[in-house]
Amino acid sequence: MPRGYAGKLLDVDLSKGVVKDIAVSDLVLETYFGGRGLAAKILWDRLGKKWAEVDPLGPENLFIALTGPLTGIYPGARICCSGKSPLSNGIVGATASTEFASELKTAGYDGVIVSGRASGPVYILITDEGGEIRAADRLWGKTGVETIKSINREVTEELKKRKPNIGIWREPAFIYIGPAGENLVRNAAVMTKLCHAAGYGGYGAVMGSKNLKAIVAKGRGPMPTVAAPETVKILWREVHNFLISRDRFRRWGTGYGGYSVGFETSSEPVRNWQDEWHDERGFGGPRFDYRFWVKRYWADFNCTTSCMKVSCIKTGQWKGDITDMPDYELQAYCGTNLGIFDAESNIHVSTVIDDLGHSGINGPNVMAFAAELYQRGILNREDFGFELNWGDAEAFTKLAWLIAKREKIGDILAEGTYRAAKRISEMKGIDVTPYAVHCKGIEIGAHGTRSGKDMNPIGYAASPQGGDHTSTVKDGYDDMRWSVFGDSAVICSFCFYDTLIWDFARAVTGWNITKHRWCTEYGPRILTLQQSVLLLGGPDIFWDPEKDFDNPPRFYEPLPSGPDKDKTTDRKVVEEMRLNYYKAMGWDEKGIPTKETLERLGLSEVDEQLKRIR
Amino acid sequence: MSRPIWIVRDYLRCTGCRRCEIACSLSHEGWIWPEASRIRVFMPFPGVEIPHFCAQCDDYPCVKSCPVEAISIDEKTTAVLVDRDRCTGCGLCIRACPGSIPFLHPKDGKTTICDLCNGDPQCVKVCTEARYNAIYVVEEGKNVHRKLFSRHPIEVAKDVAVNLFGEKGEEVI
Repeated sequence: MPRGYAGKLLDVDLSKGVVKDIAVSDLVLETYFGGRGLAAKILWDRLGKKWAEVDPLGPENLFIALTGPLTGIYPGARICCSGKSPLSNGIVGATASTEFASELKTAGYDGVIVSGRASGPVYILITDEGGEIRAADRLWGKTGVETIKSINREVTEELKKRKPNIGIWREPAFIYIGPAGENLVRNAAVMTKLCHAAGYGGYGAVMGSKNLKAIVAKGRGPMPTVAAPETVKILWREVHNFLISRDRFRRWGTGYGGYSVGFETSSEPVRNWQDEWHDERGFGGPRFDYRFWVKRYWADFNCTTSCMKVSCIKTGQWKGDITDMPDYELQAYCGTNLGIFDAESNIHVSTVIDDLGHSGINGPNVMAFAAELYQRGILNREDFGFELNWGDAEAFTKLAWLIAKREKIGDILAEGTYRAAKRISEMKGIDVTPYAVHCKGIEIGAHGTRSGKDMNPIGYAASPQGGDHTSTVKDGYDDMRWSVFGDSAVICSFCFYDTLIWDFARAVTGWNITKHRWCTEYGPRILTLQQSVLLLGGPDIFWDPEKDFDNPPRFYEPLPSGPDKDKTTDRKVVEEMRLNYYKAMGWDEKGIPTKETLERLGLSEVDEQLKRIR
Repeated sequence: MSRPIWIVRDYLRCTGCRRCEIACSLSHEGWIWPEASRIRVFMPFPGVEIPHFCAQCDDYPCVKSCPVEAISIDEKTTAVLVDRDRCTGCGLCIRACPGSIPFLHPKDGKTTICDLCNGDPQCVKVCTEARYNAIYVVEEGKNVHRKLFSRHPIEVAKDVAVNLFGEKGEEVI
């Protein structure tokens, strides 16, 4: 068996109530590694021939949660969630830091594949003895904090009942959905811990469509063995020494970005991206840091980056709100992009968003879109049942509830920004799609392209993961090494140590993985497969490679203020970079992988399916 | 390095990174094995991380409870030592411990207790290196306060939650 792997996956059919262990061949593991890569391979094998017909929210779709060979061993353990995305109809590898990943591996599993649909709410419990489906009626409808409390209590008691004499059982770890996922909010997140989320792709809705509230794991075994343990032990210390040396990042994480990404680089979304610059010093890091951070160094399993911090509001109307930081993305999306420029309101909105199981980027992207339509008089008080003015934290939390419960206009906004824009355009007879800030159905992360100081112009436009800011593209080589590797090895980008990580990967697996091989074979294979299924698309949306592989219209409007006023994304540069990228990837000028490329990467059978769209 | 020591625990500083468990299991088991680590970090609610390990009570109730005399005290370091050949895995020491700290090893079912790494605890090293200082070593002999730290992790967590979250902390665990 390959090293670094536990050696089996749990295969669960919720329609039939069947749970079994399956093995993945050594060759497939060596070719696709784990996480995003392996998920893409499993999805292709099981759904590839009928890809365009598969409804992402139907029982035929798969929900996949995978670790990788480095998970738990390399610093910064994560889980990678995937499936056919209800937003893009392609494949996204959405990762979240969590002890669920290390618990899975110590229970003897590399991951879980869930198909079908349960007749009522269930959760899956995985222990050293195997997997089982358990009723979750008591958990359904519960928000994040309540779900965490209930699962911790219930599962710990159950485990204690099974083995009462071994001493105190430690709480299990789990991924779960909130009301947003349960009610099939298309961009809902898979949640873990308080506000850690596998956000992009809408896999919370996929779990919801299967009546799957949570997957819980508790392992008592060791981590899988590795090829060169003594080398791994040395590298483990070396990588940690490097992570520990990054003082400022450890101290602040991304929690000071809410001020600087706006003020310094003019690339922070403000009022649904109508601007990307602000000089609100009151939104600066120290306001969060000294007033709200109750834990300044907070980490997940095997991490010393500790970029996360725990925030708590201890006074006033929102007393008792607890959240992670918020990090930069949520400072932007639950803050400036809603016209909110004070820390307290930002923490309050973030807390509610996370508690409901919305994705902290994608959910509030829809809310800002709605607020702009309100600003323009296209949506009004009757649509919401209240006023929706920029900066009004209470109104935005009400809207978060409307969307999570699919009430009033929330039912349409729950379809995600792109689909909602199409529906509202029909409903109101006005084209509102220019205000929808998404790429291939996936709402865009909080890094703009217009100032030229942050995201590159094709970062989202040419990416098979659309608006996902954690996996953007650039040159078809160097852009392969960070997130495509990290999401497949399944480790955290913020623990990534280029150079040593390749030694680490070799020492764990024993395979001859080099940076060059990753950037020319593994990475391109995974992205080419992702690009292929994205183009196959369906059933409700098919992307037109000549129209949709582009930035949203707003990214071509001039910046209205700040030192980069009037700058915008250059269309010519986008077109040129995109062509170069396609060329580097071995895709044709429309972005369709060529027959030769598919053959070179061992994806010949994909070519059969792509003939339809050539 | 053999002298009476005690590991101070500062729950509020624990980040939950669990490198202490990795270091402990690397040292005692030869590989990463969180549930075999003599120090285990409980997280009954995110943000509330409780390192749970032997407090070396001054009166050592675990030693007295063992019917086969498998548990003894290291006279040099004051650590609790388990004779794994003698241990029958009866679990009486777990019940005798005011903090239910010992546990039965996932592999052989024998009781497992922190042995202070013969005076050079590996868990402390990694916590110090990371500058978290949630656990650190002091040179001191037996005293009555030690036993106060032998508490059930959920009980400790309830206190820490209030310290972190104020009133809301009363509800989360």
